[in-house]
Amino acid sequence: MHHRRMSEPPSTDVAAHAGEAAAQWRDGSGCWTLSLRGDVRSLPAAWARLPDVAGCAALVVEGHELLAWDAATAARLWALDREARARGLEVVHQGLPEGLVALLALAGTAPVPAPADGTRPDESAAPSPGPGAGHTLAFLGAVLIATGRWLRGRSTVRLADVVEQLDHCGPRSLPIVVLCCALVGLMLAYMGGAQLGRIGAQGFLADVVTVGMLRELAGLMAGVMLAGRIGAAFAAQLGTMQAGEEIDALRVLGVDPVAHLVLPRLLALLAMAPALYAFGALAGIIAAWPAATLAYGVTSAEYWAQVARAVTATDLWIGLFKCMVYVALVALAGCQEGLAAGRGATAVGAATTAAVVKGLVWIVAAACATTVVFTALGY
Amino acid sequence: MSTPLNRTLPDAVIEVCGLGVAAGSRVVQQGLTFEVRRGEVLAIAGPSGCGKSTLLRHLAGLERPVAGQVLCDGRDLHRGSDDEQAVLRRRMGVMFQAGALWSSMSVGENLMLPLRLFTLLPRDERERQARFKLALVGLDGAFDLRPAQLSGGMRKRAALARALVLDPEVLLLDEPGSGLDPPNAARLDELVAHSRRHLGTTVVMVSHTMDSVFAIADRLLFLDESTRTMTALGPPQELLATGPPEVRAFLRHGGRT
Repeated sequence: MHHRRMSEPPSTDVAAHAGEAAAQWRDGSGCWTLSLRGDVRSLPAAWARLPDVAGCAALVVEGHELLAWDAATAARLWALDREARARGLEVVHQGLPEGLVALLALAGTAPVPAPADGTRPDESAAPSPGPGAGHTLAFLGAVLIATGRWLRGRSTVRLADVVEQLDHCGPRSLPIVVLCCALVGLMLAYMGGAQLGRIGAQGFLADVVTVGMLRELAGLMAGVMLAGRIGAAFAAQLGTMQAGEEIDALRVLGVDPVAHLVLPRLLALLAMAPALYAFGALAGIIAAWPAATLAYGVTSAEYWAQVARAVTATDLWIGLFKCMVYVALVALAGCQEGLAAGRGATAVGAATTAAVVKGLVWIVAAACATTVVFTALGY
Repeated sequence: MSTPLNRTLPDAVIEVCGLGVAAGSRVVQQGLTFEVRRGEVLAIAGPSGCGKSTLLRHLAGLERPVAGQVLCDGRDLHRGSDDEQAVLRRRMGVMFQAGALWSSMSVGENLMLPLRLFTLLPRDERERQARFKLALVGLDGAFDLRPAQLSGGMRKRAALARALVLDPEVLLLDEPGSGLDPPNAARLDELVAHSRRHLGTTVVMVSHTMDSVFAIADRLLFLDESTRTMTALGPPQELLATGPPEVRAFLRHGGRT
């Protein structure tokens, strides 16, 4: 076994005779003795394992003939000493080189970690360790309270913060939402065309695309894209602020972090949702047009006439409502994970990942629930 | 769990009684009982990891204690409605270890936000106040800069300016001198001493800089790591001469243990 030599021992210690290296354990009357001899750097680490010390009162480490050692030797002896002391043995060093003794003494001054009883006597007094179900409910309650205070004029939302977030949520997110909705529209056209073609009903292709995009897919795709783009960004921003004690600095001033940080983000995303939804739905319908005309023989006039007939106010408000729900969930998941982040870069990364996962799961669950409810209500 | 405290010392701004504080799930200090007297500079010292900053966060009302109470002018800092707690906390200015400037705002906006929230000053007056506080810490040119554009030491000075902007009754400082060059560290000491002398500000500061402690602290609270409680409280010079051995050793080494 090779050990990296971290530091050169004093010259008096270095007189290597590797051939004579040995580490022997001897069981004496009530004490174990470890004798180190020669150049122990080349010895396998097994010598540093404490034997069965039941009934022993002391551990003697003897090194009159120890000629060469390294930092790994010191680390093993230090661990051995600690273990022996933990088992109630007295540890005695005899004849160890001066440098090695000094190094062990230095390491020995390091504080021992807090004993096992150093836990909270009252865990209920502590803040929740992570964003579980209870934490999520508490957060939603805090958002509702903050919204109520804002609506009653008892707190203010900084306009500059809302404007900054509007830019991120709207114009900067629009291209990716439009692109994905267009691709989904195209996909829907091919899938719908293939199935409708089997019963000679290609003329209804525009209905499938229009209703599908307006009612379900435009909002869903906007939500999914925003979960990755905005939900993650919210979690990273707030998580970094948490790690840097910026949120504590707000709390010290008596400023509610939810009102100051969450509401501007939530409002900005809700304000931008209708535009993202509208552009996304339009992009999907437009992208399906060439597929319908080129692949399934629907004329442009038929397609657009059918689109105009298929658009209903019910589909529009249901689709917009769903989109608003999705983006609200994205904002809440991102902000909740960010505010609940621990300290440090790893915690911020974990919060970001959790925000995206949580946002997506919430969106899918909400999509399912709203679809079932609206269908049951006859819409 | 908590010990009711019926006494209120006439010159005590903050009273701590039987306080137990935890960092995460680990209790780092327990049985802390002391008072912060009006107008004094109280330094908190001890080995790294002994819970100094955690104690300061409890004094600021940012953490809930696992035992005991923190009273501010006789009122429990951790009980009552959010609004009542906020009123108590607003009397304090806190400077965090890493500055904790709000990164989405300029340095000037960082100072003007508390003024906007808690005063009725017009904007130009708020700006004047903020610029003055920045000038006090030697950062009059940093008003329009973002925190990310400042060095670590400049961020700390800007954070001190923010802590001072509302002229708080109690100033809580977490390692104010760390990361500062000697002239700026001395300037900061001078500013703290000045606030205390002329504005009557009470200061509680966590510090590893013993020069600073001996220069401006009236009393020193020493927290021990192994026993997880306070082992000494008194004037630094007195503790250096007659304090417990570990405290004398700590002070002699200038906080380097």
